[in-house]
Amino acid sequence: MHSLSFDVAHMLAGFLVLLSFMMLYQDRLGALINALAAQAVVLSLSVAWQAIIQEAPHLFITAGLAIGFKAVVIPMALRRIIVKLGIDREIETVGGTGLTMLAGIGLVALSLQVVLPVTGGSDPVSREDIALALSVVLLGLLMMVTRRNAVSQVIGFMSLENGIVLAATGARGMPLVVEISVAFSILIAFIVVGIFLFRIRERFDTVDVQALDRFRGERR
Amino acid sequence: MMALGLVVYGVLALLAVALVGAFAARQRDAGTVVYSLCLAISGAIAIAALGSLAGPGAEAAFPIGLPGLGSHLRVDPLAACFLVIVDLGAAAASLYAIGYGAHEHEPQRVLPFYPLFLAGMNLVVVADDAYTFLFAWELMSLASWALVMSHHREAGNARAGYIYLVMASFGTLALLMAFGVLAGGSGFGFAAMRAAHPGAVSGAVVLGLALVGAGSKAGLAPLHVWLPLAHPAAPSHVSALMSGVMTKVAIYGFIRIVFDLLGPTVWWWSMPVLLVGGLTAALGVLHALMERDLKRLLAYSTIENIGIIFLALGLALAFRANGLPAGAALALTAGLFHAFNHMLFKSVLFFGAGAVLTATGERDIEKLGGLIHRMPISSGAFLVAAMAIAALPPLNGFASEWLAFQAIFVSPALPQWGLKVLVPAVGTLLALAAALVAACFVRAFGILYLGRPRTKVAETAVETDRFSLLAMLVLCGLCVLAGLLPGVVIDALAPSVQALAGARMPAQIGTAWLTIVPVVDARSSYNGLMIGLFLVIVAWGSAVLVHRVAGRATRRSRPWDCGYPGLGPLAQYSAASLSQPLRRVLGAVVFRSREVVDMPEPGTLRAASIAKSIIDPVWVGVFAPLGIAVAYVAGKVNHLQFLTIRRYLGIVFLLLVALLLMVGVGG
Repeated sequence: MHSLSFDVAHMLAGFLVLLSFMMLYQDRLGALINALAAQAVVLSLSVAWQAIIQEAPHLFITAGLAIGFKAVVIPMALRRIIVKLGIDREIETVGGTGLTMLAGIGLVALSLQVVLPVTGGSDPVSREDIALALSVVLLGLLMMVTRRNAVSQVIGFMSLENGIVLAATGARGMPLVVEISVAFSILIAFIVVGIFLFRIRERFDTVDVQALDRFRGERR
Repeated sequence: MMALGLVVYGVLALLAVALVGAFAARQRDAGTVVYSLCLAISGAIAIAALGSLAGPGAEAAFPIGLPGLGSHLRVDPLAACFLVIVDLGAAAASLYAIGYGAHEHEPQRVLPFYPLFLAGMNLVVVADDAYTFLFAWELMSLASWALVMSHHREAGNARAGYIYLVMASFGTLALLMAFGVLAGGSGFGFAAMRAAHPGAVSGAVVLGLALVGAGSKAGLAPLHVWLPLAHPAAPSHVSALMSGVMTKVAIYGFIRIVFDLLGPTVWWWSMPVLLVGGLTAALGVLHALMERDLKRLLAYSTIENIGIIFLALGLALAFRANGLPAGAALALTAGLFHAFNHMLFKSVLFFGAGAVLTATGERDIEKLGGLIHRMPISSGAFLVAAMAIAALPPLNGFASEWLAFQAIFVSPALPQWGLKVLVPAVGTLLALAAALVAACFVRAFGILYLGRPRTKVAETAVETDRFSLLAMLVLCGLCVLAGLLPGVVIDALAPSVQALAGARMPAQIGTAWLTIVPVVDARSSYNGLMIGLFLVIVAWGSAVLVHRVAGRATRRSRPWDCGYPGLGPLAQYSAASLSQPLRRVLGAVVFRSREVVDMPEPGTLRAASIAKSIIDPVWVGVFAPLGIAVAYVAGKVNHLQFLTIRRYLGIVFLLLVALLLMVGVGG
């Protein structure tokens, strides 16, 4: 039982990382949102699996929140936004896919190298989970750094948050209230960001953040 | 035990008095009440500390402060010795302020912070862990900063306060790092630091940091620049406290860290201390000689005395590292004795300056003069203190500086050639400084009190109030007593010297005729009492003789005026003319002083003029480049404020990756 539980947890976490990589090179916004939704589904599966093996029923609530908010509400809202903004058919220029992927691989290796030695004494499930969760966080950050479109930056942020939830549920004893408040803060952040997106669009006719820089008179 | 308990209750009482000062400052007589309470509290602590000078010491711990550490207090002989210095000075300043504080225009800016300042200084001295020490140190710094800023509308005071704040924060940072190195793995209690001995290199780092941290507060060159700005800006009783007492607390911090906590010393650690001490002494007095603002002059003279004390401490380090405890005891006694003496006479001098300031509203000595007739008692006190600071026998300044020179004369016993060369060199600087101090105070006293009044305000000055006079006279009396009976002070310092230097000076009470003998009888000895008696007899005898032979009649006549009838008081010898030879000889090198004389041709009606300029080498050489460098770096990193969100994210991301790399690869 132990080895099975470990294998399933490991597989789901690995799946999350894989989906992060998918997002990293995906240059169509629609597909990007699909990948985010898929990641949220895998995340909720992973959290549910943690609920079973840790015998912590409150984690099911977290899993439900992940499915409800991240796999359904947020992707739907994002899709509406891009349709309204008229960028749902746009193809974003993602500079240097190969290089970005290589950087991503390096980040995964780095997070494994960092986490595995320092968590030597702890439960192997949470060790692997935390290592992979750190990779998801770093990949989300990498995505935010490499993208220019405000919507894909938001998606990077959401994916980053998925990694945080994975780490939080992997560690035993994280209180439910923390997870719920994280979920709601993400929702609020999403609302704020959505409003801002429309404001930016209204003013600059684009959601390319470079337009903002030009407006501020920065040298390019 | 009694002293420690009294300090704890005294600090609490001072905090309560600060509250009184804060809420009742505008009431009539609030100043009198606050200063009287401060006088009572600090007087009681001083007396209790006198009783615990010989030990055995007491400790106490309170569960407030850092979690897991609490706050530890301890009174050992060294702390008791500095408690005496702090609280005697504080009591005198409070007594003085009962009278002087009545002239304060905005007492609500002074009364709340004055007791806090005293509480902070007392706490520093009894602190027995790094956290309590630094907390009290900052309390002292901030309270004194608030006092410096109490007249913040006067020109230059805001700048003085700003520079003081920067230097104080910098010094505390250095001390914090020194404690960090000292703590290592052992913890922030002083007991743990005492038990752990860092190696030669980290010990040197601690010494350097302590020199910077305590030195910036005490006024060591080149960190002294705030002192002549901030000390004069405060009200005069606070100036006296800052100059006479707070610098001693800084010296206490240095002694505590270097002599007590650091453990065994390495000989070359003493070299920077010696060098900086000697240079500070010379530079301070040269500045004082050129200065015409009375309180700034006194502040520069404080820098000079701090140099002397650090020189003595450096000597003690050198002797102790070489296993010469007798020499170390001699040098350390000289340093502590001089610290005590400086508290006495510098307080009197600042009180005198405050009395002059109250009477005339003027700090520029070129605009005063002739005050000896209008302020006879305070001028007498100022004269005694000036003689003491100029190290004239039989006063106390001579006794301690004589001990410092005796320690320098023992230095050939040191085995290292570096020290054999350096110690006589800094000894020469000390001798130079001692001579220049005499010149400096002849100039200050002569211009201020003698001659004819140069302005209307000097003509109409009146003697200051009774409380101020009493405070000055009490401290003057102690100056004379400590000068006549230096053996008593040396023996009182012996327990703390014994603990820090590993030996003590030979017991002085009980030697014949109260002579003091630093090393052995055949080598050198000094008897303040005898010299004092001799001087009194000779001076009185010659005065009697002169009056008998020459007659008592005072003859008044018009002086020869070179045929120019308009000679007024301004034609008197001035402060600038008194210091001109020294400015030309020494100032041309140190200060790059220049004189531009504009002498019109005969027959033209244009006025002649002389313009002189001196350049402070420390400002030009150290702080101006530092300021330019900081401004340059700030200008370079300024555009970091205007990056795009993606770049900010990128920076955070790269930093995170770099940190993870450090952990991953390093761990």
